[in-house]
Amino acid sequence: MIYLKIFLAFFIPGVLGYGGGPASIPLVEQEVVQNYGWMTSQEFAEVLALGNALPGPIATKMAGFIGFEVGGVLGATVAVTATVMPSLLLMVFLAGLLYRLKGTKKFDTLTTLIRPVIAILLGIIAFDFFSSSFIDSGMVHTLILIAASFLMLTKFKIHPALVIIFGLVYGALLL
Amino acid sequence: MHFKIFWAFFKVGMLGYGGGPASIPLVHKEVVGTYKWMTDEEFQDALAIGNVLPGPIATKLGGYIGYLQKGWLGLVNAVFATILPTIVLMIILLKLFTEFKDLGWVQGMSHGVMPVVGVMLFILTYEFLAKAKAKTTWQFLILFTLVSFVLLAVLEIHPAIIILLIVAFSLLRKEGRI
Repeated sequence: MIYLKIFLAFFIPGVLGYGGGPASIPLVEQEVVQNYGWMTSQEFAEVLALGNALPGPIATKMAGFIGFEVGGVLGATVAVTATVMPSLLLMVFLAGLLYRLKGTKKFDTLTTLIRPVIAILLGIIAFDFFSSSFIDSGMVHTLILIAASFLMLTKFKIHPALVIIFGLVYGALLL
Repeated sequence: MHFKIFWAFFKVGMLGYGGGPASIPLVHKEVVGTYKWMTDEEFQDALAIGNVLPGPIATKLGGYIGYLQKGWLGLVNAVFATILPTIVLMIILLKLFTEFKDLGWVQGMSHGVMPVVGVMLFILTYEFLAKAKAKTTWQFLILFTLVSFVLLAVLEIHPAIIILLIVAFSLLRKEGRI
């Protein structure tokens, strides 16, 4: 049952992704690339590239597109619902209880311990992308693209959408 | 009223770059500034509750505020307005991209963008570590990060298992410092 698989693939990142949508990126990758094999690492990079170039929350953009690829409009609806609804329903029903939890040491411990785990997962995907770029585009182009986009994003604070466009244009002309 | 909810969160969805967390100030501007559905304090509370929970923050905030205004229909309306426009754009553009994938320069685009996305993920990696650092010591952070690395990358344990263990540990332990 494909819709059940789609639901599970996005439900897990939806309930475990602490730190907003970006935290769910590596958890979605784990399910759709590694677990279910719905897309290659390269295709996942394309989804992330376009997701970062367009406005709006990243987790739902990923869910909507991947769900659509795997199961059409119903697939997209299932994926988005699984991403958004569990935590939103908890918020509506348990607002009072959760309000008491915020700022407590228990909750501080939770976020402090989960963040490094998410960081490692993000770092592994970044490393994967760099190494497949080494293979596809060679060392020189990869290093130029890494250095240029790093400087643009951190030093010159150029808008991420423009940096993505830079990568696209560079690739179209030189790779 | 429903139209106002839709319009407020449509703007949030279309103007928020950098994922959900980046759109928090935009939500604030609409619901506290433009439409005055909440006071500043109520907004801070909603945000704080949202941050206690996992999952994307923009839709949690939008859905919750929509619910407070107009019940379940308001919730669905706000979530749709936040996410639908960009999902549709995403599907159209990626389909177009796949259509022309056989062309050499389109393949070049796909290759060129990969290290750029890698850098963006690398920056996110750093930000997540820096936020964790704010609440603990370097020694603990390095040790814990190394342990996580071994569990995730070397032993290839599913991240869900590790995160669930952390949730259980954090909620069951007695109050105290890490």
